Amino acid sequence: MADTENTPAPATDLKPARKVVYCGVCTLPPEYCEYGGTVKKCQDWLEDHNPTLYAQLYSADAAAQNLSTLSVDAQKRAEKDAQKKAAKASAQEARESEKRATSKIIIKRVERNKRKYVTEISGLEAFGLELKKVAKEFGKKFATGSSVTKTAAGGEEITVQGDVSDDVFDWLTEKYEEIPEENIELVEDKKKKSAA
Amino acid sequence: MFKKEFSPGAKSKVKSSAQRAIRAKVIETYPLIEPYIDEVLPKKEQLDLVKIPDRVSLYCNGGTPLFWQHMDDPIVPHLQLVHKYPWCFTRVRIDRGGIRFVLSGATLMVPGLTSPGGRLPGGEESEEWANGGKEIEAGDVVVVDAEGKENACLVGVLKMGTKEMKEKKKGPAIENGHYVGDGLWKLDLS
Repeated sequence: MADTENTPAPATDLKPARKVVYCGVCTLPPEYCEYGGTVKKCQDWLEDHNPTLYAQLYSADAAAQNLSTLSVDAQKRAEKDAQKKAAKASAQEARESEKRATSKIIIKRVERNKRKYVTEISGLEAFGLELKKVAKEFGKKFATGSSVTKTAAGGEEITVQGDVSDDVFDWLTEKYEEIPEENIELVEDKKKKSAA
Repeated sequence: MFKKEFSPGAKSKVKSSAQRAIRAKVIETYPLIEPYIDEVLPKKEQLDLVKIPDRVSLYCNGGTPLFWQHMDDPIVPHLQLVHKYPWCFTRVRIDRGGIRFVLSGATLMVPGLTSPGGRLPGGEESEEWANGGKEIEAGDVVVVDAEGKENACLVGVLKMGTKEMKEKKKGPAIENGHYVGDGLWKLDLS
């Protein structure tokens, strides 16, 4: 990283753009990681990916310098704040992973008209997928119509034309490895024609 | 302004005439950027306009966000751009104690700028915050650096001129800025 901080910028000759490293965990510039709430993880990431910067930021000198500029009172408050933030972040993560573990993706095959089917996929949003994009992807992959539709319950689901339930299952498990296989459920839904 | 995370709205191409207007506007607002304008806003490149909530439009070049603008307010650089070309903007600095408030989206208050760790224009000539001794007026866009950090943490519109700040030493300085780690920062443009 170029140290452009202390060089006053003469407007005439062009300086190349600075290259800033961003933390892979919290996306902030690493020097701001301490305010993100995921300090520990950020620290590990930086150690792996950019040891020089890591040494610079997390050395004992830097820590001492950090502390010396603030009054004791402010330090305490900042520390408390940081703790609270970290707790909040970890709580949110726990909540999310729990949600992930419990929520299910349901792939439903709906009979539309003897031998014709549509496939309805619901529950994708719990895994952080964007329905609109995934729907487009399905359309491209299976060369059929695919859209995001509103369900009666108020949520949204993806409807793909044709019976592609097995293919969707395979595709999901392959492309998104973070989705456990047992969380995907295949359901068949036969609509009975009302006897008129 | 972008405290909550959000998803980008419709993306559309900017007409080349509008693109020229943006270019002119950027140069007018940030005279220091002029030598770099071809790098920042290449003439031939197709700009995209992404609509984001609260009537903000974000201009980007491919996947990199460049500037955002709230209705007809001044056009403000995205912090990724600021980090690349920090010397193109007028800057101030806040003390260390204020950083955590800024990064949680609070309004930047004047004492953070006037305290020993903060820097306002008109200080020591050798420092990049001196701004040639010129005061910054209310309504101008400033980039806010932080004490002991290399990269800027906030960019926004000043609510109070720097001269007034030095006299009053209290009150809000920047409201509704764009800070590192906010919704705009985390926005996924891919």
